[in-house]
Amino acid sequence: MFLRRLLSRIATTLVTLFGVAVIVFAVIRIVPGDPVAMMLPPGATEADIARLQAFYGLDKSIPEQFFIWLGGVVQGDFGTSITTRQPVLGLVLSRLPATLELSVMALVIAVALGGLVALTGTRLRYTRTEGALDVANGMALSVPDFLWGLVLILLFGVLWPVFTISGRVSPNLAPEFATSFFLFESVVRLRFDLWLDLVQHMLMPALALAIPLAAIIGQLLKQSLKETMHLDYVTLARTKGYSENHVILREALRNAVLPTLTLIGVQFTFLIGGTVIIERLFSYEGLGNMAIDAVINRDLPLIQGIVLLFALLFTMVNLAVDLLYAVLNPRLRHA
Amino acid sequence: MSYLRIRDLSVVLRGTRHRLLRDVSLDVSATEVMGLVGESGAGKSMIGKAVLGILPRSARIVSGSIELDGVDLLTLPPRKRRTLVGRKAALIPQDPLTALNPARRIEPQITDRLVDILGWDRARARTRAAEILHDVHIPQPDRVLRAYPHELSGGMRQRVLIASAFAAEPRLIVADEPTTALDVTVQKQILKLIFEMQARHETALLFVTHDLGVVSKICQRLTVLYGGLVMEEAEVGAFFDAPQHPYSRALLAATPRHTDPDADLTPVPDAVIAEARRAVAEADLRWHT
Amino acid sequence: MLDGRSLVKRTAGLRLWLSAGWIAALVIGAVFAPWIAPQDPLMQDLFTSRLPPFWMDGAEPGYWLGTDSLGRDVLSRILYGGRVALIVALIAGTATALIGATLGLIAGYFRGWADMVISRLVDIWMAFPPVLFAILLIAVMGTGLTSVVVAIIVIDWTRFARVVRAEAMAQGAMDYVASAQVAGRGRMSTLLTEILPNVLSTIAVLLTLEMGIAVIVEAILSFVNLSVSTDDPTWGGMIAEGRLSIHQAWWVLVFPLVALFLTVLSFSQLGEGLKDRFDPVLN
Ligand SMILES: Nc1ncnc2c1ncn2[C@@H]1O[C@H](COP(=O)(O)OP(=O)(O)OP(=O)(O)O)[C@@H](O)[C@H]1O
Ligand SMILES: [Mg+2]
Repeated sequence: MFLRRLLSRIATTLVTLFGVAVIVFAVIRIVPGDPVAMMLPPGATEADIARLQAFYGLDKSIPEQFFIWLGGVVQGDFGTSITTRQPVLGLVLSRLPATLELSVMALVIAVALGGLVALTGTRLRYTRTEGALDVANGMALSVPDFLWGLVLILLFGVLWPVFTISGRVSPNLAPEFATSFFLFESVVRLRFDLWLDLVQHMLMPALALAIPLAAIIGQLLKQSLKETMHLDYVTLARTKGYSENHVILREALRNAVLPTLTLIGVQFTFLIGGTVIIERLFSYEGLGNMAIDAVINRDLPLIQGIVLLFALLFTMVNLAVDLLYAVLNPRLRHA
Repeated sequence: MSYLRIRDLSVVLRGTRHRLLRDVSLDVSATEVMGLVGESGAGKSMIGKAVLGILPRSARIVSGSIELDGVDLLTLPPRKRRTLVGRKAALIPQDPLTALNPARRIEPQITDRLVDILGWDRARARTRAAEILHDVHIPQPDRVLRAYPHELSGGMRQRVLIASAFAAEPRLIVADEPTTALDVTVQKQILKLIFEMQARHETALLFVTHDLGVVSKICQRLTVLYGGLVMEEAEVGAFFDAPQHPYSRALLAATPRHTDPDADLTPVPDAVIAEARRAVAEADLRWHT
Repeated sequence: MLDGRSLVKRTAGLRLWLSAGWIAALVIGAVFAPWIAPQDPLMQDLFTSRLPPFWMDGAEPGYWLGTDSLGRDVLSRILYGGRVALIVALIAGTATALIGATLGLIAGYFRGWADMVISRLVDIWMAFPPVLFAILLIAVMGTGLTSVVVAIIVIDWTRFARVVRAEAMAQGAMDYVASAQVAGRGRMSTLLTEILPNVLSTIAVLLTLEMGIAVIVEAILSFVNLSVSTDDPTWGGMIAEGRLSIHQAWWVLVFPLVALFLTVLSFSQLGEGLKDRFDPVLN
């Protein structure tokens, strides 16, 4: 049963990824102007153009081109960046860790913040504090990460400059690490000065990404917690002598968390999507920032690679959350 | 000396002067089975909830006292009160389908009180859980301890809940219509089990029910409630021979007898209802002035 | 007893009025910008560069909210930028609603292969990061109002399609639809006269929310310099410039940011207000 579910989910994921590939390819194809012409220096001859077109396979039919390109992608050949003349895959993978670290940090902050709001709201339910929390939560919910980023820049970059609002790491500390997972590797290598510097750079963009998600988590989790608090098994736990806090954390939370979990899955992909503009805003050297540079430089192979990687990331996150949900829900696991 | 002693307990609907319980006094001595009867909405469950400290937010105790084992619960600080009730009393809930946490295995749901409130070590609590499951006639207790609630049938779950209630050797059990949510075929077994356990563990039992027939068979005494007001409190034998209050008499006439199931049933006459209402109104008049 | 809900509810009316007021002011400001704006929004004057807002030392009369590093009047630019924001909100929002809702209705009511295709497309769309997708589209199509509108439609139609599809499906299962069908009405006429009126309120709510989103997307696009054109004043463009001179002239960033913040918040509050009004369960 579980295996069947897994297989069918993987199948739909593959269909989705194929669709993504078609669309990415199609969007790039409708670009006005000859992509080859843009790569050549002025004064190139007809023969040069033809040679390059043959080299990139542009003399073949569109479906043929698509499958050649797709075949390359599947084998890890994403083409060559026009601006840097380096393989796209290498470029993209070198930036991916920065974006992943930022996203995960934001997710952790969002879960912590949203969980705190939900638990506080549940503990103080039917009081003024809950009402005030709801109003604030509603605001946090309706303003997107881009604006929170700007607000944070003003508050903690200018008014009270305690955080760095630009870049990923201080230039004088630039690490010579084996991977680009600086945050992770700095802990492994016990370079806590570096770790602190990274966190200090990362905290503001991560917070900007986290605030809307935290609000969503806070809202939904509190709602399901409050519903759970009325249930008989919670009441029974009270008669055993347990405190309100214990009842919320030990009896209610585990059941209330399931709907929130599915939501976090979908919302986490939105959060990752948000890194594109937030990285730009905070000059953070991740994938998103690279994507915008690539668009501005019309580096189409690089854009293709980045969009594909994001799509792959999104579908993987969704798949993982789906399976996690099945594992965590005892009723689904045994059914 | 009564183990549970309630005196002049009044509970109002929060924000109003409307009383849900009206100067209720009630005694249950150790090892005694006290039946609590009355029609729907009479306040039977409210009494149980007030004792266990799980009144809904919309209800508030305004006067009276609840003594458990000689300690007035209402003057205790909340934490003390909670743990005292947890040690000395337990609830057998109405609906076994909703009274077990679906996300937790059976074992911790039985042992948590033993470990956290009574301070037992885990191994001892586990042994005790298996033993008590055996007592409620559950075959393969070890398998059930590892199960999740949804893997058990309704009757099984109610057995688990009964076991859980008796596990910590409480001196008072509150059972709020413990069989109404069950299949008719298992109702009898479960009832029998509850009284078997009560007798073996010699606990006091406050038994909330609609069923006077059951009361006549297993309770020593009973309390009749109408509109949150105690109408009559009597020995079971005396009550079924000659109920004192007109309302009790009418209630009895409205209940099928096990001795004579074919006898005509008369609904509670309007005149009796009117008299009961008058009693309620008089009580309120005294209370308000 | 005062409970949590009541604080949210009691301020709901006030928040709704404030939001409507801000949007109304914005519309008036945008429509009458040529008459209201104290300065030409494009006029550069290095002698008046980085003037502070009116209450600070060194302010000049006529430049209420100060000037940017090229000496352009911030207030006038905000008013003209509001034009772009509102036009995009209106056109892109409506077009997205039309297209998305139509597809959602078709999928949810007719089901079958149409539903399969549309649902698959929605799945595929969910795999794209929306901002990056929009930027990519603009890069391919070139800048300009049309490109911005098209980009917003392309990235956001799924928002309508998903919700309307679910709603149409729920409505389609209702008895009144069956009885209309029994009465011999055609599928199309049932869709238009029975289903559509019942999903209209949902569409209205989504449309209001979408307008706020469109404003944000336009701001993001102009922030990375990929919106209408580099000359026209836009809030996103002003914010991008303000971001660079934040330590010398904070007002260049703060005022357009406030305008953007309030606009986005207002649209969303209006949407939530509509939702409460239409949803009988919540009231
Ligand atoms: N959560 C609550 N909030 C407000 N009033 C309540 C609440 N629960 C019960 N009541 C009211 O309190 C009174 C007593 O209710 P209670 O549940 O004790 O009745 P009962 O005798 O147990 O009835 P039943 O046989 O139906 O279980 C009723 O009038 C009921 O309307
Ligand atoms: Mg009851």
